[in-house]
Amino acid sequence: MIAQNVAFGILAAAIIAAAIGVVRSNNVVHAALYLVVVLAGGAAQFILLGAEFVAWVQVLVYIGAVIVLFLFGIMLTRAPMRSEDDLDNDQRWPGLVAALFLAGILSSLLLDQWKWGATEIELTEPTRTTEITSAIFRTYIIPFEVVGVLLLASLVGAVLLARKD
Amino acid sequence: MLLNQFLLLGAVLFCIGVYGVLVRRNSVLVLMSIELMLAAVNINLVAFSAYHDNVAGQAFALFVLTIAAAEVGVGLAIVLLIYRNLRSADLDDVDVLKG
Repeated sequence: MIAQNVAFGILAAAIIAAAIGVVRSNNVVHAALYLVVVLAGGAAQFILLGAEFVAWVQVLVYIGAVIVLFLFGIMLTRAPMRSEDDLDNDQRWPGLVAALFLAGILSSLLLDQWKWGATEIELTEPTRTTEITSAIFRTYIIPFEVVGVLLLASLVGAVLLARKD
Repeated sequence: MLLNQFLLLGAVLFCIGVYGVLVRRNSVLVLMSIELMLAAVNINLVAFSAYHDNVAGQAFALFVLTIAAAEVGVGLAIVLLIYRNLRSADLDDVDVLKG
């Protein structure tokens, strides 16, 4: 249990530092690479929670596909590859105040609902992929089909939008 | 491990994403901040799944992942279209409807 808590602490510190890098970096490509660190840390947290299938899907879909898509987006919009000073607008302080306000409200509500120390997660063994797939294909078959149609629609929509006439 | 640890991590990550959406000017960076917020939600879902020993949370995390991928695809297509029309990907330049 101690080892798990230490691993959680290291991962959480890395995730938060990289997430601040995403929103503070002066270089668009560096921001995309910081996002890789955030998502990989998230996948490691999933493994810590015994959700191995979700962790590897996160690695494949996010780090494999979405980041590549972001890098293509950066290239195609000819965003400045070098460091730039004007990536932020002039709402930096109002934005910081709003984010801190939201963080305060969220954490006080969460700690009010789930008391610190009373919510130990008891992990017996990692979730087997069979359980997740049977949940998706039995209980949540309708949402699964809807997500399939949504993916098709977004694929067609993206091709239609990006096509040059 | 406590459930609270994961919930607080998710809350902090979500708020960093909100800051990015409010402050960033480049539209690709705004999309990245939205991805941060979705990642925070996924951490919460999987943590509750482990806490309640129920796989529904993990199934929903997979749905969130799928929809995030679809969102990035359509979002980047829209960004590309804006860039093609305005020669700029900055959100401040998209002010055609401003009076």
